[in-house]
Amino acid sequence: MSEVRALIVDDSSVMRKIVERSLRQAGLDSLVVHEAGSGSEGLDVLKATAVDLILSDINMPSMDGLEFLRQIRAQNLAPGVPVVMITTESSEEHVKQAIQAGARGYIRKPFTAEQVKERVLPLVHAG
Amino acid sequence: MAVSLRESVELISDPRNLDTSVEEVFQLMLGLRCRREDEPAGREQESVTAVVGFGGLLSGACVFSCGSQAALQIAAHMTGMEFTAIDNTVKDGIGEICNMLAGAWKGKVPELAAHCGLSVPAVITGRDYNLHVQAPEFQLHHIYRFDNWSFAVTIVCDGLQ
Repeated sequence: MSEVRALIVDDSSVMRKIVERSLRQAGLDSLVVHEAGSGSEGLDVLKATAVDLILSDINMPSMDGLEFLRQIRAQNLAPGVPVVMITTESSEEHVKQAIQAGARGYIRKPFTAEQVKERVLPLVHAG
Repeated sequence: MAVSLRESVELISDPRNLDTSVEEVFQLMLGLRCRREDEPAGREQESVTAVVGFGGLLSGACVFSCGSQAALQIAAHMTGMEFTAIDNTVKDGIGEICNMLAGAWKGKVPELAAHCGLSVPAVITGRDYNLHVQAPEFQLHHIYRFDNWSFAVTIVCDGLQ
């Protein structure tokens, strides 16, 4: 598979590393990772860098993942790039809010590398 | 229709929900099996505690607490790195474990999953401190063990609508 540029947004640096590791385990060997610790940092990355995939937490200080998603769409950043939410929030209401805001996938923490593979790879291949 | 958790209090405070949540988080994120114990393996003076607050229909907190050696082991299993001191990465990892436990626990009850929010984790390190909550609605305090290390998880509910 050709190079995949992913933006991982999570206020936890440990979770960012775990998500990156899971993507590599899923078969994305040629992965270039950009990291952000909040939604606002994520927007800054998207203004400066083109990416193929965005994975974002929801509960974050400063700007949460749903607002980050709304801002991506409102500012027309990364058009067509799939966004997958990775979060501890698991209710139908949260999933609905994320999908309405433009998310293409949803992974609940804790997760397995297999779940990341199943939900993220089809989006990367479709792009 | 107004949602109330008052009638679901037995389900919410079911201790098995906490045990299942702990097993799930440790198995999936750390590849570790842990078992519930009556007593901690031994009390270390230096400890690491993470707190995630609940807000909404249920208010309270999920508290994860362990000794420094257990914290180093947990962070090592999460990241694949070795740690010799409680640095920011270890604290971050313990905070995330608490966050996932809080999320998994509230996810066991649909009304709670939908109507109870989580705060970002706060992590405290130090020696010889105790958690005290005045007159909680209910409290679960369980001790678990993995390898030679133990940790405690406490769910404190101080308000239920």
